[in-house]
Amino acid sequence: MHDVMYFLQQLINGLTVGSAYALIAIGYTMVYGIIGMINFAHGEIYMIGAYVSLIVITGLAVTSPAWIPLVLLVALICAIIVSSSMGWAVERIAYRPVRGQHRLIPLISAIGMSIFLQNYVHLAQGSRNIGFPLLIEGGISLGGSGGGFQANLSYMQLTIFIVTLVCMTGLSLFISRSKTGRACRAVSQDLKMSSLLGIDTNRIIAATFVIGAALAAVAGLLLGMYYGSIDPLFGFIAGLKAFTAAVLGGIGSIPGAMLGGLVLGVAESFTSGYLSGEYKDVVSFGLLILILLFRPTGLLGKPEVEKI
Amino acid sequence: MVAQNFRHALFCAFITLIISYPILGLNLEARGVSITLTGAETQTYVGIALAVVIVFLFQLFRPAIMETLGQVKAINPMINREPMPQEKRVKFERFALILIVLGAMFWPFIASRGAVDLATLVLIYIILGLGLNVVVGLAGLLDLGYVAFYAVGAYTFGLLFQYYGFSFWMSLPIGALLAATFGFVLGFPVLRLRGDYLAIVTLGFGEIIRILLNNLTDLTNGPDGIGGIPDPTLFGMEFGRRVKIEGNTSFHEVFNIPYDSAHKVIFLYLITLILAVFTLLVIRRLIRMPVGRSWEALREDEIAARSLGLSRTAVKLSAFTIGAFFAGFAGTIFASKQGFISPESFVFLESAIVLAIVVLGGMGSQLGVILAAIAVTILPELAREFSEYRMLVFGAAMVLMMVWRPQGLLPMTRVHINLKKQEAGVTDHA
Repeated sequence: MHDVMYFLQQLINGLTVGSAYALIAIGYTMVYGIIGMINFAHGEIYMIGAYVSLIVITGLAVTSPAWIPLVLLVALICAIIVSSSMGWAVERIAYRPVRGQHRLIPLISAIGMSIFLQNYVHLAQGSRNIGFPLLIEGGISLGGSGGGFQANLSYMQLTIFIVTLVCMTGLSLFISRSKTGRACRAVSQDLKMSSLLGIDTNRIIAATFVIGAALAAVAGLLLGMYYGSIDPLFGFIAGLKAFTAAVLGGIGSIPGAMLGGLVLGVAESFTSGYLSGEYKDVVSFGLLILILLFRPTGLLGKPEVEKI
Repeated sequence: MVAQNFRHALFCAFITLIISYPILGLNLEARGVSITLTGAETQTYVGIALAVVIVFLFQLFRPAIMETLGQVKAINPMINREPMPQEKRVKFERFALILIVLGAMFWPFIASRGAVDLATLVLIYIILGLGLNVVVGLAGLLDLGYVAFYAVGAYTFGLLFQYYGFSFWMSLPIGALLAATFGFVLGFPVLRLRGDYLAIVTLGFGEIIRILLNNLTDLTNGPDGIGGIPDPTLFGMEFGRRVKIEGNTSFHEVFNIPYDSAHKVIFLYLITLILAVFTLLVIRRLIRMPVGRSWEALREDEIAARSLGLSRTAVKLSAFTIGAFFAGFAGTIFASKQGFISPESFVFLESAIVLAIVVLGGMGSQLGVILAAIAVTILPELAREFSEYRMLVFGAAMVLMMVWRPQGLLPMTRVHINLKKQEAGVTDHA
């Protein structure tokens, strides 16, 4: 019984972190799907989302539990607004002028942007990590009432699942039904052709950055609170992992990013649960290298045909 | 048109406010367990307001500003001058390099001890920059984990000294060769990947090496690092006041001069200078050799190069391995200079700094890389009060460079022959 419970606990933890990774991974995958560049600064947008939500939560300073859902909602909306604006501005300043140039040029520009944003927050908010209050406490104990180890599903984890599910459903509906979503799909298939057919491709590309940034902000609030502390370097590793998730699922594919996030989260959680917490980063980067070597198209991606 | 411009300008100004105010204007402060929110200083608010106004005005008058800029460009003699003829250019570059090396040789005898120490660091970055220049600038492979090879070199020396008492001179080739081996082993599978995937894989590799160094506590001493790494010796002569390793003699005793702690710093500087010049000359030769030409050929057009019979793997692998070799070189010197190494010194930021040196200098250009390494290392030392803004400026400089001048400050030009244009009247019968 103990083993099963332990396994279940690791699975829950893994799925929790994994669904947040999936939220960040969407930003990478959508941008890559449309303009074929790695948005290196995406992790920083996520970090800024976490900071803004903490600022709002601290600023509102509400203590009575009845108001907590409202506080969280306000924090979420503020984080989304700031992060989306940041995503828009980053695209406008650092990516649009270099679009269409040699592959390495936008990538170096993105790395520069990532360093810039990290230090922007570092200078403004200090480099020390700051505690993020856990506003959603308590949880459900799973498994028998007997002694021994019991798996625990906290309300925080439940919130992460539900919010992620809502965001993913919303995104899927948006992409498949709305006019902008249809334009997004068209642009990702053929940028030149869709611009010939009258789609404002600049607007659509900006929209993908904004959507990706908004989802990253949601993940920033959720994971910041789940981990309990944030610092300016908080986005770097998370961004790298979300990118791994996007590649794992097949970069360019939105369902792939969701699947990849969950798989990566579970793989990490089992590594720290059964081996050692120190090596979980090694496992995810090792996984990234292995996928790129043996199946560069990922789990759900389509093979890319190189045209001459 | 004007109304649209106005709306756009208003929108941009609003976005500027949104992205600057919450982060800059509201500061989180942790006092014990509780967190408080404090406002920033008045000048920050003034700065934010100023930024908003500037963005608004710039966007409002953007067409006019762009036109004026275009006119400035048209009359600016610096931009419009004829490109230097290439014989002159090659001579100029060689002359500048010789001048720099000569200046560097006399530097320790005129500068203070701290300045010599700083210059040693500059030389280490020059070696790193020249090495990465081969990988990124010449072969066009974006390596974001370059610091891993630097770490391999440094740790090779540290570990060989700790366990087997190896000296600097024995470790130097071993460290460099081991780093090259790492480059070879990593490069073999990953060089098939396309440019941006390669970048991410090398980044992941760099992080893996750092995490391993941090966690293999039994071997590497983990985050505590390895200390007491010895300085280089000159034919068995040590530069310390007392001889540390049995069998060695002491420099000041052999030459019968009073002990001076500056001797050690100067000696280390001169060794680093010799190694930097060695790196420069070796890579300079390599660029002219068939292997160097094939790096560039593959960078410019992979399909064309392959159809002319170049082996993609062999060419890329040679660039990657040679780059790693020189990083190992620099790592060994670094370990000796610091006397202490820990995983802290080998974070991604180091890779980014070396990359910034290569990018700012002009990818492929050796003179550019050297000047950029000097600038990037010395400027923050000169403006110490602004040193915390160093990385902020780096990031911004990388972006601006890519937007305005992706070829770098001193772009590389290959020696080439210009074909004469066909003269008028001569018809082509072919």
